[in-house]
Amino acid sequence: MAEPTVVQRVVAEHNREKRALIPILQDVQDECQWLSRETLAEVARELGLSVAHVWSVATFYKSFSLKPRGRHICTVCMGTACHVRGGAAILEHFERALGIPAGETSADGEYTLERVNCLGACALAPLAIVDGRYYGQMNETKASSVLGTIRKPQKPKLKSKEKAPA
Amino acid sequence: MSPEKAYRTHLLVCTGTGCVSCGAFALREALEKEIERRGLGGEVLVVATGCNGFCERGPIVMVQPDGVFYQRLKVEDVPFLVEEHLIKGRPAKKFMYVPPAGEAPVPRMAEIDFFKQQRLVVLRNRGRIDPEKIDEYIAYDGYEGMAKALTEMTPEAIIDEVTAAGLRGRGGAGFPTGRKWALCRRESATPKYLICNGDEGDPGAFMDRSVLEADPHAVIEGMVIGAKAIDAAKGFLYIRGEYPLAVKRMAIAIGQAKEYGLLGEDILGTGFSFDLEIVQGAGAFVSGEETALIGSIEGQRAYPRQRPPYPAQHGLWGQPTVINNVETWANVPSIIRRGAAWFAGLGTETSKGTKIFSLVGKINNTGLVEVPMGIRLRDIIYGIGGGIPDGREFKAIQIGGPSGGCIPKELLDLPVDYESLTKAGAMMGSGGMIVMDEDTCMVDIALYFLRFTQEESCGKCAPCRIGTRQMAGILARIASGEGTGEDLKRLEELALTVKQGSLCGLGQTAPNPVLSTLLYFRDEYRAHIEDRSCPALVCKNLITYYIEPEKCVGCLLCLKNCPTKAISGEAKKVHVIDQSLCIKCGACFSVCPKKVRAVSKYTGRKGRVLAGRAEEPAQP
Repeated sequence: MAEPTVVQRVVAEHNREKRALIPILQDVQDECQWLSRETLAEVARELGLSVAHVWSVATFYKSFSLKPRGRHICTVCMGTACHVRGGAAILEHFERALGIPAGETSADGEYTLERVNCLGACALAPLAIVDGRYYGQMNETKASSVLGTIRKPQKPKLKSKEKAPA
Repeated sequence: MSPEKAYRTHLLVCTGTGCVSCGAFALREALEKEIERRGLGGEVLVVATGCNGFCERGPIVMVQPDGVFYQRLKVEDVPFLVEEHLIKGRPAKKFMYVPPAGEAPVPRMAEIDFFKQQRLVVLRNRGRIDPEKIDEYIAYDGYEGMAKALTEMTPEAIIDEVTAAGLRGRGGAGFPTGRKWALCRRESATPKYLICNGDEGDPGAFMDRSVLEADPHAVIEGMVIGAKAIDAAKGFLYIRGEYPLAVKRMAIAIGQAKEYGLLGEDILGTGFSFDLEIVQGAGAFVSGEETALIGSIEGQRAYPRQRPPYPAQHGLWGQPTVINNVETWANVPSIIRRGAAWFAGLGTETSKGTKIFSLVGKINNTGLVEVPMGIRLRDIIYGIGGGIPDGREFKAIQIGGPSGGCIPKELLDLPVDYESLTKAGAMMGSGGMIVMDEDTCMVDIALYFLRFTQEESCGKCAPCRIGTRQMAGILARIASGEGTGEDLKRLEELALTVKQGSLCGLGQTAPNPVLSTLLYFRDEYRAHIEDRSCPALVCKNLITYYIEPEKCVGCLLCLKNCPTKAISGEAKKVHVIDQSLCIKCGACFSVCPKKVRAVSKYTGRKGRVLAGRAEEPAQP
């Protein structure tokens, strides 16, 4: 028999339960980075659900990405605490620096800029997360230097900094 | 805290999300290495604890039994700290907390204002146990309440105890927890389910994350007690996907509790069985609403459902279901262990116990605070919070997130309880408290929240879906100086429609941020409309940035930082902003050195100005 696809494997891990649709989509997205039209159709087929239902769930929740995402993910927190401490200006700074509006991915597939409603780290406001690392008490200068670490490598070597509380 | 070995000193390193993002894990590693290197391995133990709540001061280390509190530590500080405190026995002053108004550092945690005035019930284990070790939870009376409930109490007795304690839901509406359980207990249908609502979506609130991260076993213990009370065999912990550390610690805690026979089949040999499963949220604010959350666990869109029937009668998969918030569950073990009378002794007549608030925004001591119900707002803001930074004036405090409202300084003596807050036009909500100073524009805040609810409205009810959009549109118009006199009336009419015509709490409370600001800060709306000015100097369309020629030293900083090259000038010569190119991003304002403060903001016809802060305006 052929090797099972990611979707087939994940669906089997969840005992093919229809109620596990959301965790299944989460797990598939973890592996594939995003959910394509074909992937969603396959999930529907494997679970015996209508494509319309799977589509309706996938489009409802914000954590599902139906478009490919960039190699580097920048997220700016738009929670209330961040807002009163100037979060909007930080988001605009990222938009200008990356040349894309929030929610978009740059044409070269390098960067995705996202906004999030609150990450619950309000004491560090304003907050930005770049490639999983949290940067608190943001300002324009700090944002520029953080972005400098993920810019397309001018020098061949680029150390990844993974310090997310995972 | 190994039973065989006693250490002379414990270093408690805070590893909540706040401290972790400031480098707490690297700090812990550095401390361990240094202690080993100095040959103190047998005497000093480094322990990773949950969130201390004083997140802005992270990373935090507590030295026990001395009780000394160190803050904002860096890896390079470690050798000095170990040398001074652990070897020479001299606490290191330079890493201690200095209060905003004072100069002398405060060495001990118990003497810091931020901690001194708190009353810890739910957060009693914060900063003192390792949340990933069940033994430490047990050492502080953990699972004692559960053992009592399972071996000595009938389900009715448990419900009576919780009812007598006067515990009310900590997630927003404040429904009496005991009554909710009793309603569910009465139902004959089986199986019954329990849910812990950890979908903390309110922007500005993070107490549930902190409880889940710092003391996951308290939530598990509370749920087992609740399960016995309503006879549920299965429970779900619904945790926001944005809280990876909380999910991880909860998964560890569930595993350990099962291993110890405190969860799963035949708990403590009593024959009672209860199992827990973690469900991760997928990012939808509305799923914090209980019926929507149930839909989400079922694998559907998170659409709120008509109530009644209430979840207690017809919940998850149509079965009787009790759903409580994280903080509510975490209160239960102490109530059973210490008794209803003890709990009811805290708080006010109608609001018992304590409440955790996240005190954030324009406040000196930012963080998570647990206080007895009934405390005055003033005591939280000035006592615990240490007042407003940079000598600015307090303007308002926003309580209750997108469902809440802004409370002005005239009401600073308001006692914090469910009824008083609702009467003042705010609401307890989950407990976000965002402090605002003169530099916060109330129209902008109302717009912020309406944009939020508009985006998060699930779309099921037209008044919420369309009404919030229209309200946000009107607010945006006012904020850009295009508002008319009729707009305020229109906002109030729409607010009423949205409130009355929406099915769930999201829509019913969405207009609150607008209504409360209209009530207390109507003049500010008027200024935007009639004077085309933004008194707080926030709304971009109504302000102008200007470089004061007599103050500018020609340092080129603003010029280099201007993203649109709107600033011209050369070294040591006065810089000038070309207003036609200026996008009002504020970069020049924030980079201008504090000593110089040459960049000012102007607004309106009267030209109110914020020139280098607290100085007399100069007309451009």
